[in-house]
Amino acid sequence: MTKQNSALPGSDDITRVELKNGITILCRENFSSPSVVLSGYLSGGSLFDPREKLGLADFTANLLMRGTQKRDFQGVFDALESVGASFGFSGQTHSVGFGGRSLVEDLPLLLDVLSDSLRQPIFPDEYIERMRAQYMTGFALRAQDTRDMAEMVFDGMLYAGHPYSLSSDGHPETIAAITRDDLVAFHREKYGPRGMVVTVVGAVDASSAVAQIEQALGDWQNPAQAKNIVVADMLPLNERQQRHHEIAGKSQSDLMLGFLGPKRRDDDYFAASLGNSILGRFGLMGRIGDVVREKAGLAYYARSILSAGMGPGAWYVSAGVNPANLEKAIELILQELDNFAQNGVTEEELADNKANYIGRLPLSLESNQGVASSLLNMERHQLGWDYLRNYADTVNAVTRDDVLTVAQKYIQPERVTIATAGP
Amino acid sequence: MDEAITKKTLENGLTVFLKEIHTAPLISSWMWYRVGSRDEVPGKTGASHWVEHMQFKGTPQFPANVLDKAISREGGIWNAFTSFDWTTYYETMPADKIDLALRLEADRMVNSIFDSEEVASERTVVISEREGSENRPMFRLGEAVQAAAFRVHSYHHKVLGDMADLRNMTRGDLYNHYQTYYTPNNAVMALAGDFDTAQMLGRIEELFGGIKRGDDPVRLQRSEPEANGGIRLSVEGEGDTTYVQVAYRFPSAAHPDFFPLNVLDSLLAGASNMNMFGGGGISNKTTRLYRALIEKEWCVSMGAGAQATIDPFLYQITLIPRDEHDADAVLAALDVEIERVQNELVSAAEVERAVKQARALFAYGSESITNQAFWLGYSEMLADYDWFLTYLDKLAAVTPADVQRVAQQYLRPNQRVVGVYLPVNGEAKDD
Repeated sequence: MTKQNSALPGSDDITRVELKNGITILCRENFSSPSVVLSGYLSGGSLFDPREKLGLADFTANLLMRGTQKRDFQGVFDALESVGASFGFSGQTHSVGFGGRSLVEDLPLLLDVLSDSLRQPIFPDEYIERMRAQYMTGFALRAQDTRDMAEMVFDGMLYAGHPYSLSSDGHPETIAAITRDDLVAFHREKYGPRGMVVTVVGAVDASSAVAQIEQALGDWQNPAQAKNIVVADMLPLNERQQRHHEIAGKSQSDLMLGFLGPKRRDDDYFAASLGNSILGRFGLMGRIGDVVREKAGLAYYARSILSAGMGPGAWYVSAGVNPANLEKAIELILQELDNFAQNGVTEEELADNKANYIGRLPLSLESNQGVASSLLNMERHQLGWDYLRNYADTVNAVTRDDVLTVAQKYIQPERVTIATAGP
Repeated sequence: MDEAITKKTLENGLTVFLKEIHTAPLISSWMWYRVGSRDEVPGKTGASHWVEHMQFKGTPQFPANVLDKAISREGGIWNAFTSFDWTTYYETMPADKIDLALRLEADRMVNSIFDSEEVASERTVVISEREGSENRPMFRLGEAVQAAAFRVHSYHHKVLGDMADLRNMTRGDLYNHYQTYYTPNNAVMALAGDFDTAQMLGRIEELFGGIKRGDDPVRLQRSEPEANGGIRLSVEGEGDTTYVQVAYRFPSAAHPDFFPLNVLDSLLAGASNMNMFGGGGISNKTTRLYRALIEKEWCVSMGAGAQATIDPFLYQITLIPRDEHDADAVLAALDVEIERVQNELVSAAEVERAVKQARALFAYGSESITNQAFWLGYSEMLADYDWFLTYLDKLAAVTPADVQRVAQQYLRPNQRVVGVYLPVNGEAKDD
């Protein structure tokens, strides 16, 4: 019988070390399977993108593993794939994310690929052009995808004038405008150890993991590294806005409808999160699912989402509906949102959802990846190292009034933003 | 790997698999029924999937609303999947709450209501699910390729069913399907997690032992005859992107050739990750097809894989040509690589690499209790649990000569269907 690993990670068993060059290391041991996860983030997100070169941050991140001074592209992936490991970078808004996993004996390889890709990528021309072609195909696919286009139109309206309104993948003309010099300069000026967070979770001693990370990245310096960009808050919109993006030949339209929402670190985040769960997640997509799918049969999916990060969040409903039913679905959803903002939630709903939040916590921490993303979340949003152990108390402290207050603050149907894409 | 499991068949025919895992205070419970789209005749396509939806619509004891709230309240997750060969329902719950899931599954094995109004509202939901899929060019191309590959066998149609049948099937059709296939003797239950086997088995006997055995369902016996030549088809639709799908006949999961073909797939296009839970797979950038098609700039995207099925299904390779190439050009480039594995022995190192990749994927999958319970039942649907236990050994026994033989036998041009999606907005690249 293996050792039960059911204790929630907390301040006494999460190892956190700050290196002199500004890298923060987080580790937690888990010996229940012979595997290990390496993940984290660093500076270099799409907030740095110049307007005329949107996609530059993403493009840069995508090229890190397409050849380094040590290994060519095939060499990088031959090393990883030969041992069943995976590793990759992804451009995000505020940062560049990285992540991968391997059998535990191959952690040194993952760290070597991480360090090598970050510190000495060579941006070969042929891979730049190949990647550019992939972007162009991606844009053609995106233009035909009702959900992607509804989302793009929605973000454009909700965050008008804010960097969040911009596509971090870019557009055909902005990707076409990016040169090799742009990529090299972006890497040189934006990447660096300051603010970087690296986490290792799995069947390795924390002290050994820390030593290995320090050896791989401890001597990395970049005096030229640009300061991080802090995004502004946004004022709520003044009036309802609605836009349709036409895509011919589609059987289904996608709909996004919603409002600005809280940041992850805001005090009312948990009230909003529980409220959202009741609104459009709990059971089979909450109240929204019940009205739109279960009762009216209008959609296969109709749910609400609270997207809360570093900057102004979004609180919205997403649904896929037959084009003929679009207006009816919008009407039903708005009624439900109005009811939610007017009357809040019942004591029973709140109790059910609190129980759900607390009960599902162990499940979210079952895998190494689950633990790693939880550690990164705690670091990024400064939630405190006993966040998970205090979780039940935090959840239980939310009252019906808290939910009503946060619902009224954000959900104002007369100021809703509605984006649709389809025929 | 500690693979101690208990298997027991109750008097009514319900087979139960139990695997104790004490790494986290969780239990995952899966109920598998031997029914899927393979059991559907024209006029009733999509019935298995629609019945799966109806299983969430309530019983007298657990009305629809009560059901999902009860599971969620206890911090559980639950869902269901319908495939060609099986339909499965699972709940993963905190260990001390699993009884709810057991009672629920026992109840809905026999007592689902199939209320007429619920059938009516779910009709539009499954139609909407199909419409969402039809939005994607690859769904439409895949559906056409599948239909062309199977003229006789019921793998002919998609699990979602044909729109005509979704519009016309009645409550009676669905209820009859439910009564025919949802019996203890047509089901396999699999649990993994933090429980005591004897105690759990006792509880399962208590809850399920009283359910009456049903008649063994009569199965369709319509084997697909050998193909008499290659088929080429096209699907037209909106967009600017051409897709090419090449589908070869692939043996059943239980067939010995499944394993050398699995190795062949790994080195052609990348290791397939069959874990239903446990994260993503391994990249495929050093595979033969990636190097030949992406690195040589024929295609922007390449993927391939086979599903493990009861009867022979397909090995499907999907390509997106670069703008400057048409479908025939990328097919020719693909064929060069196919012929290479047919004509030249692959290296032993390549085979070893495929085995190591599979080993790693199994290790990743073992992090999740839900995934471990999944394998118990899944392997039983396709073959038996031994199939899973000996999987890596069978891969390890594959030789370069085996790989060459199956490449010659299965990847034949006169045994394949080639489908091309032609965008009508842009320039068709198939002329």
